[in-house]
Amino acid sequence: MKKYSISTISSIVTCLLMLSGFSVQAGTLDEVKKRGTLVCGVSTGLPGFSSTDEKGHWKGLDVDGCRAIAAAVFGDANKVKYAPLNAKERFTALQSGEIDVLVRGTTWTKHRDTALGLNFVGVNYYDGQGFMVPKKLGITSAKELDGAIFCIHAGTTSELNLADYFAKNNMKYDAVVFDTHDQAAKGFEAGRCDCLTSDQSQLYALRTQLSKPYDAVILKEIISKEPLGPVVRQGDDAWFNVVRWTFFAMINADELGVTSANVDAMKRRSVNPAIRRLVGLDGDKGQSLDLPDDWSYQVIKQVGNYAEVFERNVGKGSALRIRRGLNALWKDGGIQYAPPMR
Amino acid sequence: MEGRGHSVCSAYALTVMERSENMMRWLNQGRNRALVFQVALMLGTMLFFFLIGANALSNLEQQGITSGFAFLSQKAGFGIIQTLIDYNESSTYGRTFLVGLLNTILVSALGIIGATVLGFIVGIARISSNWLIAKLAALYIEIFRNLPLLLQVFFWYFAVLRSLPLPRNSLHIGDWIFLNIRGVYMPRPLPDLGFTLLVIGFFTSLVAIGILFFWARKYQEKTGKELPVFPLSLAILVVPIMIIWCTTGGPLHWEYPSLQGLNFKGGMTVIPELAALLLALTVYTASFIAEIVRSGIQSVNHAQTEAARALGLAQRKILRLVVIPQAMRVVIPQMTSQYLNLIKNSSLAAAIGYPDLVAVFAGTSLNQTGQAIEIIAMTMAVYLTLNLTTSWLMNKYNARVLLQEL
Repeated sequence: MKKYSISTISSIVTCLLMLSGFSVQAGTLDEVKKRGTLVCGVSTGLPGFSSTDEKGHWKGLDVDGCRAIAAAVFGDANKVKYAPLNAKERFTALQSGEIDVLVRGTTWTKHRDTALGLNFVGVNYYDGQGFMVPKKLGITSAKELDGAIFCIHAGTTSELNLADYFAKNNMKYDAVVFDTHDQAAKGFEAGRCDCLTSDQSQLYALRTQLSKPYDAVILKEIISKEPLGPVVRQGDDAWFNVVRWTFFAMINADELGVTSANVDAMKRRSVNPAIRRLVGLDGDKGQSLDLPDDWSYQVIKQVGNYAEVFERNVGKGSALRIRRGLNALWKDGGIQYAPPMR
Repeated sequence: MEGRGHSVCSAYALTVMERSENMMRWLNQGRNRALVFQVALMLGTMLFFFLIGANALSNLEQQGITSGFAFLSQKAGFGIIQTLIDYNESSTYGRTFLVGLLNTILVSALGIIGATVLGFIVGIARISSNWLIAKLAALYIEIFRNLPLLLQVFFWYFAVLRSLPLPRNSLHIGDWIFLNIRGVYMPRPLPDLGFTLLVIGFFTSLVAIGILFFWARKYQEKTGKELPVFPLSLAILVVPIMIIWCTTGGPLHWEYPSLQGLNFKGGMTVIPELAALLLALTVYTASFIAEIVRSGIQSVNHAQTEAARALGLAQRKILRLVVIPQAMRVVIPQMTSQYLNLIKNSSLAAAIGYPDLVAVFAGTSLNQTGQAIEIIAMTMAVYLTLNLTTSWLMNKYNARVLLQEL
């Protein structure tokens, strides 16, 4: 018979005791501060939203969302560790506490908001599902896609919308479901399917990766509402507030015309009370969020306002060239709107 | 006072020591000690799993995550490209589970058959006396055994299948079979009146062949003469079917695939994802099986072959009647673990979009419902069941071919 040493048994007992003591983590904000870095869940690579450049730096609209949070908490936008996740992994990673926040083009739906123990913070990109087809098919409307085969990214709302749309229009389709954006795009390029479907912004992004981007056209039709935004764990209001107001600060800065270039001058000279509150000169500053007093100044200074971030990553300053559209400010005909900072 | 107190104390200490000594003596008996530790270990293990379960449940509740199996009866609402049973977008998650399960079983079963056949052929070729055949077999084994399987899956999917043409330029055999990048399209047989008769005829023939084999063996044992079993059974199989076919005027008709709009419609389709995965699993596993078969054959003492030859058996019969049955004893247990590997490896399907259990259920369904623990547990239970069943069947077979020492 094997001999069980006292030490083996005692170590098993210790393990059991430790296990029984596990419980949900303490406040995320405190934990992030203690750790000294923000762990941010992003995509495995979607140009314009979150992808790495040739030097290995993460870039994109979602990445700037992560950087803004780090700027608010630490005063340093670079204190972020990125966790690339595919669509299937993302919620589990957030639920289990592996990441602090998920900024990964995630569609806000009732089910995800209520049944997964998660909360959507806001909408950093208003999107809708679209279709990309090879130009040579000569298709101009999604209604002509009866009997088509679709390439699609697994575990997305796109899979469900597609089924709804075809059922509604009494058409048939087949879907080849790939694990990542990249593989779905590769499948489309090789001709495995007639059409690539995803959120329209992602189609623009994926098109830039095709070997001949202009052999593919993106149809005008939008078949769904896809409000994409950052997600945090449910039941951690302090952290929820930090992420939400970091984002609102960027929208408010856009509205007030405060940019990373002029924020220093504004801080010195501006007499506009709204701007003075925004850059942390008046009001309760960072106190109610448990952040440094210059948190919103750091966000604007190091990352920029929403317009800058948008144009730099997906708009005029990028290869994607997406127009603001729905994502313009409310006063410019869009629906981006943030409550006042006071 | 002090003295008395002391003596009471020491008397008490003495009894305690005595008792603990008794206890130690009891414990030191091998059987008792084993029992105590077994019980402790079992209780510990049970406690361990209980704590894990309770902890997970309370955490899920605390975080506001839905748990339980109610989702299985909810509408799934997404399409699946290959389904062996009726499925559409309004089916339930329970149904997607079955669809995924059947797709996993399909690719595993076909893979096991393919790998076994290919593995045997290559394994025997490997020890062929023909230099070229032997070296080619060795080359095959060394290449496919030493490349990661995922790489091979990608190779077959992206490199080989992607070189196929688009639907409009399909390669084709007449108007029956079409091959393009979207798959192989074949005519689908549709049963007409009299089809049942054909099925009954087919199975009756099979039974008749079974009886023939049994009887031919008895006859050979009695007289030593061999009957031409193969041509006879072929006749039994073909003649009745032909008669039924002609009298009913063909109880089948075919639905041909045809290009309509963007894609082929009608007929049967083998999707390239299935073909690529099957090819990769077969070719990869066959390279291991070939080595197992080779080692099995070489483990049979050469004197056996010589003795068989001395008895005047033909070369083909030596292999079939003397060498292989004995080699099987070495081969079967190792083969079992290759089969189990193949079943597990089939989960690489997700990488190329083949809708197996992991892709459909532990992938899309998991993401849409968010119930990771339940879904992963069910998926693990499936693989465990599949593999335990396979290994149980193989062990049964192994017991049959085992050396029966009298």
